[in-house]
Amino acid sequence: MKDTIQLLTETYGPSGFEERIRATIRSQVESLADEVRTTPLGSLVAVRRGDGNGQRVMVAAHMDEIGVMVSHVDKKGFLRFAQMGGVFPIHCVGARVVFADGTLGVIGIEAQRDRAKPHRLEQLYVDVGATGPEDCPVRVGDPAVFVRPFVAQGRRLIAKAMDDRIGCAILIETLRQLGKTPNELHFVFTTQEETTLSGARTAAYDVAPDLAIAVDVTGTGDTPEGWPISVELGKGPAVKVQDARMIAHPLVRDLLVRAAEASGVPYQMEVILGGTTDASVIQLAHAGVPSGCLSIPCRYVHSPSEMVDEQDVEGAVKVLVEALSKAI
Amino acid sequence: MILRELSEATGPSGKEREVRGVLREALQDHVDRTWVDTLGNLHAERRGSGRGRLRILLAAHMDEVSLMVTGHHESGALKVAKCGGIDDRVLPSTVVWVGSERIPGVIGLKPVHLQETGERDRVTKINNLAVDIGAKGKDEAKHLAPVGTYAVFATRFRELGATVMGKAFDDRAGCAVLVELMRGEQPRHDLVAVFTAQEEVGMRGARVAAYATRPDCAFALEGTAADDLPKKKDVSPTSELGKGPAITVMDRSFIAHRGVHDTLVGTADELGIPYQFKQPGIGGTDSGAIHLAREGVPCSTVAVPCRYIHSPVSILSLQDLEDTVRLMRETLMRLTRRSLRRD
Repeated sequence: MKDTIQLLTETYGPSGFEERIRATIRSQVESLADEVRTTPLGSLVAVRRGDGNGQRVMVAAHMDEIGVMVSHVDKKGFLRFAQMGGVFPIHCVGARVVFADGTLGVIGIEAQRDRAKPHRLEQLYVDVGATGPEDCPVRVGDPAVFVRPFVAQGRRLIAKAMDDRIGCAILIETLRQLGKTPNELHFVFTTQEETTLSGARTAAYDVAPDLAIAVDVTGTGDTPEGWPISVELGKGPAVKVQDARMIAHPLVRDLLVRAAEASGVPYQMEVILGGTTDASVIQLAHAGVPSGCLSIPCRYVHSPSEMVDEQDVEGAVKVLVEALSKAI
Repeated sequence: MILRELSEATGPSGKEREVRGVLREALQDHVDRTWVDTLGNLHAERRGSGRGRLRILLAAHMDEVSLMVTGHHESGALKVAKCGGIDDRVLPSTVVWVGSERIPGVIGLKPVHLQETGERDRVTKINNLAVDIGAKGKDEAKHLAPVGTYAVFATRFRELGATVMGKAFDDRAGCAVLVELMRGEQPRHDLVAVFTAQEEVGMRGARVAAYATRPDCAFALEGTAADDLPKKKDVSPTSELGKGPAITVMDRSFIAHRGVHDTLVGTADELGIPYQFKQPGIGGTDSGAIHLAREGVPCSTVAVPCRYIHSPVSILSLQDLEDTVRLMRETLMRLTRRSLRRD
């Protein structure tokens, strides 16, 4: 599974520009599904047919990652940029980004007298080594993502875009391990989650599921002076109770809890005040979809070095396989 | 010039009837069918002649930013609130048309003689502004402009040569482009023009229109902010007058569909039509609502750059307007089902 995680996290795919990551995931799931198709906004749907006696379940993980988009090339060839999803200035300074064509950029910052003052995104720029608009290899509208290689150190896995390629890897592994199931399963690799949640919202209308589970990362509260969140790294996948935009449907929450207990996987309950996942928009499709989320504890979310625990990841796969194998 | 009529018509969000009338008149002999939906969107359909036709939604919003009467002072002056995004700084001393009778009113400000020290350095917020329609007291004001009456900027359209000046170019410029697109030769694809209502207050018209239309893809046609005045800092100019249609790659409401985007840019490059990319990451258009309809709709936004939008007067370049029409017309000829595929 580590190979898949490395492959997925190192593939380029900012929101709205998911062609490459979609092709990578498609090559992984094509042999595992009965049908693979894309929606008009580019979400990839891998269907595993049931025996007609189960529920239609949508399992969603988003394949896009945060990034930056060039908004201006100045006279000296420096690039100003807009954020694609939640990019924090503090993670940017000194970071490297890469464009679709392989052009590498270094993020620099305007001089600021008061170093104690937090920086604003408008003060940052990307330096691709150009000396003016004429020799600049990229132009306004070109997107770039953070550069960071995947590293496995003990149980900890560190990479950029762990949010939410880890969810994608879990979906793929679940597809691999799943035997026959009565349920009709739609594994959806969604687009544009980081910006507008548009992929999941429209895919949910398309799939029209009876029930939905999003698989996404969540923040942890186990770091020095960290956020007041009870979730910890390495204590198992987290069953979401609620976040800023969704209260998990009790049916889905309990399904995941029962599956964790039945498969002997340690798990945690998650309540988080900020952020949300694809589940928040899936629940609103059509006349409403009972939805929930299986969260992967992740430190340093939206930084170029997001960290997850291998056992949490493997646990999540077991929980999903257990939950999806039987009639719901 | 249709833009003159469109610009001088009043169309605050939720009361777009006057604009709708101008558009219906302009289009009825050129399209197969027009109808108005519950939210007040004007739909105009035209069948294409090609094979493998796509159903393409073309949206331009009719509404403009405006004010609404919320109460009356004893003096007869009107208390107002904003409908849509208006900078408080552009309001003082402007003339507005109040109600469908277009009663002229002025947003009064205390003359310099009477101001206290430092008063001029502060922005007067809308709560402290009032519209004076010459009413002699509360009762007359209530009679002439009851609570709920709209007011729009009282600006006459003027031609300045290569550019024109007027109000509400956001988005009457888009409406003018769309009228031209619907009037020409029979198109290749089936075109559904929707002149949308209530964009300025949250893209409400477009949302239901996209649901009703079930398009294969969509374009929002806009009048967007040009910001090409001299600046201290070498940062993005958003878009510039005279440099061609502004194509959106990403704004706060959506990310343009790659296939549609590439067709637009490919068409412009092939024909040498000037274009620019709108500064990514700012603003939002009807595409933000349309792309979310049903299973999702591949969308793009193309705009005529306009200086000083959301103020009493804007300026646009007629060449930009013409280039936008041409880029759109040619793109609509070149789009195919293959352009929309994502695999």
